[in-house]
Amino acid sequence: MPARPILLKGGRVLDPSRNVDEIADVLVADGRIVSSAGNAGRVDDAEEIDCKGSIISPGFIDVHCHLREPGREDVETIATGARAAAAGGFTAVCAMPNTDPVTDNQAAVGFIIRQAQRADAARVHVIGAISVGQKGERLAEFGEMVAAGAVAMSDDGKPVVSAQLMRTALEYARSFSIPVIDHCEEPTLAHGGSMNEGIVSARLGLKGIPSEAEEIMVIRDILLARRTGGHVHLAHMSTHGSVELIRWGKERGINVTAEVCPHHISLTEDRIGSYDTNAKMNPPLRTAKDVESLREAVKDGTIDMIATDHAPHHYDEKEREFADAPNGIVGLETALAVSVTNLVATGHIDFRTLIDKMSCAPARLFGLPGGSLAKGVAADITVFDPGASWRVEPADFQSKGRNTPYAGMTLTGRAIATIVGGRVVYSFGQSTANARASRA
Amino acid sequence: MTSALGKDLLDLESLSPEQIRLILDTAEPFKEISERAIKKVPALRGSTIVNLFFENSTRTRISFEFAEKRLSADTVNVSSSGSSVSKGETLVDTARNLEAMRIDMVVIRHGASGAAAFLAERIESNVINAGDGTHEHPTQGLLDILTLRDKLGDLSGRRVCICGDVLHSRVARSNIWGLKHVGAEVAVCGPRSLLPNAIEELGVTVFERIEEAIEWADALNILRLQFERMTGGYIPSSREYNRVFGVTRERLEKAPRDILILHPGPMNRGVEIDSDVADGPHSVILHQVTNGVAIRMAVLYLLAGGKPELAEAAKGTTR
Repeated sequence: MPARPILLKGGRVLDPSRNVDEIADVLVADGRIVSSAGNAGRVDDAEEIDCKGSIISPGFIDVHCHLREPGREDVETIATGARAAAAGGFTAVCAMPNTDPVTDNQAAVGFIIRQAQRADAARVHVIGAISVGQKGERLAEFGEMVAAGAVAMSDDGKPVVSAQLMRTALEYARSFSIPVIDHCEEPTLAHGGSMNEGIVSARLGLKGIPSEAEEIMVIRDILLARRTGGHVHLAHMSTHGSVELIRWGKERGINVTAEVCPHHISLTEDRIGSYDTNAKMNPPLRTAKDVESLREAVKDGTIDMIATDHAPHHYDEKEREFADAPNGIVGLETALAVSVTNLVATGHIDFRTLIDKMSCAPARLFGLPGGSLAKGVAADITVFDPGASWRVEPADFQSKGRNTPYAGMTLTGRAIATIVGGRVVYSFGQSTANARASRA
Repeated sequence: MTSALGKDLLDLESLSPEQIRLILDTAEPFKEISERAIKKVPALRGSTIVNLFFENSTRTRISFEFAEKRLSADTVNVSSSGSSVSKGETLVDTARNLEAMRIDMVVIRHGASGAAAFLAERIESNVINAGDGTHEHPTQGLLDILTLRDKLGDLSGRRVCICGDVLHSRVARSNIWGLKHVGAEVAVCGPRSLLPNAIEELGVTVFERIEEAIEWADALNILRLQFERMTGGYIPSSREYNRVFGVTRERLEKAPRDILILHPGPMNRGVEIDSDVADGPHSVILHQVTNGVAIRMAVLYLLAGGKPELAEAAKGTTR
């Protein structure tokens, strides 16, 4: 049965792709945007959503998350991950291939796409592995994976250690017009480290990962992108030095794009406190100087997009000695609020730029559908309240993961409704009603 | 039970100068008990204490055991090697099991930095850190400071240089914090590859050469070159280490004053310290060991809620 038309009434329609910023109604029917300007008047049979005080934006797209299925369905499934994404305002995510088995072939790509369709929440695009099994030895079948629907390639979780393999991957990916995403970490420098190398690691007696472990691979990848003409996308940038190198590359017209995660523009290594494993991830939280540099980089465009690196882990796995705990935190449901609180409220960027980083740029730079509220396009829309203040309660997450460093914090900015292909896949009002009902 | 030290002793970084002084002062009467024929006082009679040692240690464990028994506590030793991951039972479960047995105190040594705090956050028993990874070894720091105080008196402005593998040393970190809290000037000396990059930010002077350290210091605390902690060539060889950084009699003879020599043990004779220095007139190494038992008695006593004034009286009865 086709969905009813949806009428989003009186919101601030903010669409950087068309330079639009005005109060208007948005009408959605048959999965597409019918109109996104002016007053739509009365529409028969439409589901009306009052958007007064909210921003209506092209749907957010997260180009970096870990959905754990296949292999670790105990910590997240494609369904729970897609629902978590929707709850965070994301209409689409890109799932990293470090699953078990690794997503390095067309059948695996197809499986994830089908699971996502069944989940019927946010869209899930598939990122295929660069190398078979992510072992860093042989190229995986990019062509077949792209034909099956893959949108990019990455060995994330791990760095591409061999420069020769990275070079070949960039060249081969050019034939399919897809980006190669690298997790920049020089393994011998980073080996054994569990947090940033600096004053805090010296105090806590933990082996540190120096910033250079990231920067060495950043410049390597930029140079290889120059040599090959391929598109390299640098995942989860975390250091001041990386920002300077990306600027260098972009000034020379090299096809390098970069993402930053909300945690790296909001938290420093001090958040680890007394060995809190919910502040442990890779790359690690760094210093105030790195945070400020990354914020400025978001502002001046050196950083193109905000991605979450959503990485759920089981409670038992994180409930361990710091050095033994796995790296990663969840992020889909806090990304918007952390970004608003630490980039917009601080005055670094405005909402237009935020939406560009979270929607338009991912769509444009990865060749994904979305990123626009133009008439006739598929209705992937995020409605969010830019001023809503709320307390992060991990127990209320849609994600199976509870590993967040923001537990108990009050943040600003929250998704009110998430619409994918013209259907409401998340509604804040409905979700609080459900939560209340389940607690009654 | 609330004590002047709180529930646990996890590190020296978070102690105040007053708390450190309290522990040192409380150790004084306990020194005397170890000199008697019957080395026992009933201060902790009926208390149950578990020594939970995940890393090999003879010296520290025995020292704690003597401290506990001399206070008349009931002690149990549990040793386990390897991290909780490889050994099956997690640290969380170990903690809960101990708590279920209503243990009063746990003394823990573990290979992971932060393990003592991890345990302390999850059980109600008092937790004493007997060394966690490369983070801290607070009772060692305290006994080093007590030994220095015995010989030098007030430590304000006194110069102590920690020599060796500071990067991997929990003893070094505890010493740095403890000494700074009591007003001493702290320096380190060793190859840069064995010093944390940010060491100067901790308020510590760096000497590149042992000769400079000897010229400057009132006392040297010489660390063992820890072969088992070095996960890959930080220095080329122990031979070179001794040639460049070893505390030898020849080097010590050039000291402008009588320098005290400390070492937490066990020593690699001929590597970081030569035998004629270790056994020589400046060495207070064995004095450190004796003080170790007294310090541990003081810590256990204070955490159990013992009043410092009563420590003096506690040494009275000898049943």
